[in-house]
Amino acid sequence: MSTPRVLDLLRAALPAHGLITGEHAVRPFETDGLTAIRERPWAVALPEDLAHVRAVLRICREHSVAVVTRGAGTGLSGGARPLKDGVLLTLTKMKRIKEIDLGACTATVEPGITNLAISQAVAEHGLFYAPDPSSQIACSIGGNVAENSGGAHCLKYGLTVHNVLGVRVETFEGDELVLGGKGIDSPGLDLLPAIIGSEGMLGVVTEVTVKLLPVPVVKHVLLAAFDDVEVAGDAVGAIIAEGILPAALEMMDNPAIRAAEDFAAAGYPRDAAAILLCELDGTEEQVAADAATVRGVLEARGAEVTAAADAAGQERLWKGRKSAFPAMGRIAPDYYCMDGTIPRGELGRVLGDIAKLSEEYALQVANVFHAGDGNLHPLILYDANKPGQIERAEALGGRILSLCVQAGGTVTGEHGVGMEKLDAMCEQFNAAEIAQFHRLKAAFDPAGKMNPGKAIPTLARCSELGGMHVHDGQLPHPELERF
Amino acid sequence: MDCARALQAAVADCRQRKQRLAVIGFGSKPDYGRSTDAAELSTREHAGILDYRPEELVITARAGTALTELEEAVRAQGQLLPFDPPRYGGEGTLGGAIASGLSGPARPWRGSIRDAVLGVELVNGLAERLRFGGSVMKNVAGYDVSRLVTGSHGALGVILSASVRLLPAPAAEETVCRPCDAGQAGELNRCWARLPLPITGTCYVNGALQVRLSGSATAVASAKAAMAGSEPGDPAVWDQVRDCAHPFFATEQPLTRLSLARGCRFDDDDALIEWGGCQAWRRGDPAPTPDDASAVTFQRVHGRWTAHAQTMDPVLAKYVTRVRHAFDPDGVFSTEVA
Repeated sequence: MSTPRVLDLLRAALPAHGLITGEHAVRPFETDGLTAIRERPWAVALPEDLAHVRAVLRICREHSVAVVTRGAGTGLSGGARPLKDGVLLTLTKMKRIKEIDLGACTATVEPGITNLAISQAVAEHGLFYAPDPSSQIACSIGGNVAENSGGAHCLKYGLTVHNVLGVRVETFEGDELVLGGKGIDSPGLDLLPAIIGSEGMLGVVTEVTVKLLPVPVVKHVLLAAFDDVEVAGDAVGAIIAEGILPAALEMMDNPAIRAAEDFAAAGYPRDAAAILLCELDGTEEQVAADAATVRGVLEARGAEVTAAADAAGQERLWKGRKSAFPAMGRIAPDYYCMDGTIPRGELGRVLGDIAKLSEEYALQVANVFHAGDGNLHPLILYDANKPGQIERAEALGGRILSLCVQAGGTVTGEHGVGMEKLDAMCEQFNAAEIAQFHRLKAAFDPAGKMNPGKAIPTLARCSELGGMHVHDGQLPHPELERF
Repeated sequence: MDCARALQAAVADCRQRKQRLAVIGFGSKPDYGRSTDAAELSTREHAGILDYRPEELVITARAGTALTELEEAVRAQGQLLPFDPPRYGGEGTLGGAIASGLSGPARPWRGSIRDAVLGVELVNGLAERLRFGGSVMKNVAGYDVSRLVTGSHGALGVILSASVRLLPAPAAEETVCRPCDAGQAGELNRCWARLPLPITGTCYVNGALQVRLSGSATAVASAKAAMAGSEPGDPAVWDQVRDCAHPFFATEQPLTRLSLARGCRFDDDDALIEWGGCQAWRRGDPAPTPDDASAVTFQRVHGRWTAHAQTMDPVLAKYVTRVRHAFDPDGVFSTEVA
């Protein structure tokens, strides 16, 4: 490839300041939220409309340059890590709302708009976009589609896949695919689910149509304190078995409670072995009925239950949960965040097993997670400056993911595979399944130029390992709520 | 009975002999143009519930398991299949429901069958036995093959088993009814979609809009009060519509199922309109011209369900063909789903 010429072509095809090159200038783009994995991109393209995206893809196709698509860069698995000889296609300038259709209760938007901006734009109509990853203030809807993002409220409202009605996708070959739309059923083979959660491997999402829901009339937040972690874990399954579907059901263990309480003064009981936060929403009558049932289930298991008296109290209880990750920086220099999911009924047992592994590896593990979905976020605390601790943390992380797979779960519930979990994928899928994934990618991207090397391991390199290593609590954009 | 090995062997054998295969369960669902030389491969014997723990809100069963058996099992635990799978002729298997991707009256509110599918095991066209997804709600490891297979009509593989999400059955359920024409029904649907009402079904037919409300007894009562002017409705209508057993469907005329855009106007007083206005059934004229707001999903002509001949966008068709090829490079599976 004649390097200067390709850059000239890209520069000519993009608006002023639409192409960033040079070692220092591209530095802000060298990593996503998984800061342990870095690479400086050859060039960063910042298209402002669909024509720019098409031009960049055409030039890259003609000169056989790989493309990594990036939204806000809040991803936690290295899915948007650039390539040193590739173009980083950054869509944050494409953030227009194209249409809000109140009759259909849909919004059609460009991929770079933030998740929260959609809900803010429709709030005056009493509507909202349900999936709420903790980074929703910053993360883009295009990135949400790429990762099939979740959040705290998936239990009731589902993931991105349940709330996106349609997308437009540009493939590397230069085709535009229009998938789904405002109808909710379509004839023929529907390729939309292949795109959602495909981590930018199949094409570039240039437009998204999302479903909007009426804002619930009332919310109710309960805090339950337990003196035994496994009992708290089992209470989660018991609430579901009672026929209740909370909007959110979150759990924290004692190390997480203490750290969060020191950090946010949320009013958590510092001596509890575990707490559950349960949010119920809906109509006044439904919430009142559900709250009584949930309280009964929790108290029958010996929990001490309190309810937030008002919206301010609810916010305070949530603040502790949402700041639990930054709070970890105060009790350990480094942590390694896992993202496995297990069946709810296995929570108590797996938490017990994690505690045993924690002793075996002599590393503390704090647990803060979406208990209602069985989506664990064990945080392995370590100190990178002490010899051998990184290796022990990684080994322990691998054991925890194995526990998740053995319990009938998965190695990633919501953060994606990216670069980080290529190795773990080899544990969850066999060679034929991985080969099937590669053939599916090739159906959309035969040249293999869209985000190469991510999400699906090659069979040859199943031994690679990475991790989310956070040093001294130093995250990019530490002000963002995470997980 | 576990017939997975036999099914896998049948695919391997047909692949070798270049014999095309059409996968069927009860054979109650629309037939998407399978070629006449295809051998039938039935999953009916491959039946049985493999795992059901109510606290997980998930059931895993073999493809040939009858929908009625699944429904009985979950009902006994106070749960339900959120997608109300149609049981044409009272029958249908789990595998057939997933392959056809059909959902019943609750679809806009409780989600489609595709939304509910969490994992599948299938035999692809290379006769490989593969598992995708799993039994947990949140799972982003690998491409979402389970949901891609849903609605693929056997084009990508033989579904061996699947895990689907369940929901708690509501404590109370009531049907209310309001006499109106189709235009007024559309207005009501659009208005109610903006309100947090516990609606789980709507059906306009014969000059009346029936609405199903589900939730706690108090929530249902207060919703009824909010929807002032409604009379007691007919709760039997939901199963009738779901299974195409309503008197509306007892016709010799061609029957057409239309997908409508959310919130669009559809003022055909003679149609049966479900899904808060997102799905309509029409009798008579076999091929109304689809416009921007509607698409024909399938038809019943002379008592036989068929896919409507679609003119698919050639670009999309190219990728659909490639995706089929990715799962079935030798073209073992016979169906014209694309």
